[in-house]
Amino acid sequence: MSMIDIRNISKWYGQFQVLTDCSTQVKQGEVVVVCGPSGSGKSTLIKCVNGLEPFQKGDVVVNGISVADAKTDLPKLRARVGMVFQHFELFPHMSIIGNLTIAQTKVLGRGADEARERGIKLLDRVGLKAHASKFPGELSGGQQQRVAIARALAMDPICMLFDEPTSALDPEMINEVLDVMVELAKEGMTMMVVTHEMGFARKVAHRVIFMDAGQIVEDATKEAFFGQPRSERAQQFLSKILQH
Amino acid sequence: MLGQLDFSVIAPGLPFIWEGLLFSLKLTVVAMVGGIFLGTLLALARISGGPALAAFATAYVNTMRSIPLLMVILWFFFLIPLFTGAPMGAEKSALITFTAFEAAYYSEIMRAGIQSVSKGQVNAGYALGMTYWQSMKIVVLPQAFRNMLPVLLTQTIILFQDTSLVYAIGAKDLLKAAEITGKNYNRPIEMYLFVALVYFAICFGLSMLVKHLQKRIAIVR
Repeated sequence: MSMIDIRNISKWYGQFQVLTDCSTQVKQGEVVVVCGPSGSGKSTLIKCVNGLEPFQKGDVVVNGISVADAKTDLPKLRARVGMVFQHFELFPHMSIIGNLTIAQTKVLGRGADEARERGIKLLDRVGLKAHASKFPGELSGGQQQRVAIARALAMDPICMLFDEPTSALDPEMINEVLDVMVELAKEGMTMMVVTHEMGFARKVAHRVIFMDAGQIVEDATKEAFFGQPRSERAQQFLSKILQH
Repeated sequence: MLGQLDFSVIAPGLPFIWEGLLFSLKLTVVAMVGGIFLGTLLALARISGGPALAAFATAYVNTMRSIPLLMVILWFFFLIPLFTGAPMGAEKSALITFTAFEAAYYSEIMRAGIQSVSKGQVNAGYALGMTYWQSMKIVVLPQAFRNMLPVLLTQTIILFQDTSLVYAIGAKDLLKAAEITGKNYNRPIEMYLFVALVYFAICFGLSMLVKHLQKRIAIVR
């Protein structure tokens, strides 16, 4: 069964169509990388998966639950779908450990001690245990993004969505974040990752989706995509970003 | 002229003036707390309420902001007995009027504060499974409040000064107490001078606090 099943979704901002009839599936344990030029709709597509962006046509079914269905308890679904943002979006008025425990206690109803223990364990995992009582503003971008990943993992997600997790980082900080993501992928986490990091895609992706102008132009296995992309647009894109 | 001033009347008048000051402070605190609470609800109604709710909140805020406070005070004081058949009392009337009036001003401040928190923060709350109210309470409002603290306090200083207007309906605030004492001792000038000093000390102290807070918030950012 597919963990994430995107079925023919279309989305408009007023007259302007940002997504056109997009369909794809992500199976359990699969890592799918979504790439494409800016403005191609990648971020919008991934935000449709947990309903952060509404769409007008089609449906997304996550673990058997329809996102478009008005009867669906969206907060409940989102609590199980981890998401990591381009700009980290840690809560600046809370300590690092506060960031990791707040949703565990308020959304999942875990006890304070249990949440704290889980939070510390995950901080340790991303190598930031010593920073638990600091505030987000005191950490570097790479550290903040690792905290953001730990925050999402603290909710015991059934799958993870990454929306350009390294695009806002200084070059020397990209790898520390990618390392955490690679490790996650190797553990069998189901992941949908919007990124331009083709090295990451080569290393851990099972499939690569290429988008352009709101459409999924190419949806292929990693080997097929890097070997011989079928569409001309994807070939151009790859030749441009892989040149150096 | 000034040599004829006799400030010895202040000491015996102090207990009465103290009572007046306490009412002014009570009015300020009640209108601030109630005004920020109602104002936040009005701001939320304008930002994320349905069209009807947003229209009502907008109309309320615009109306209150377009009428002089003194008029609202007088209106409320004289109109309520027409509906209820019994006068409400100047103090109680003032407390309600000020809360309702200040809510309009605080709501504009909170609206700017809420909009100063990025959509990404709201999305992060939603992505963790928070409901609308949870994300407001946990993520947005604390940040909005912190960002707006200096402006909220500045509004409160203005509010404290404006409480002197209730002397028009005979509520015994700081100004009214000073006026009565001045008449009792036949020394109004001395009393008005003294009470002006009290207003100045409190407001100046508060505005120093605002300056300090602005600096601290700038550092945190």
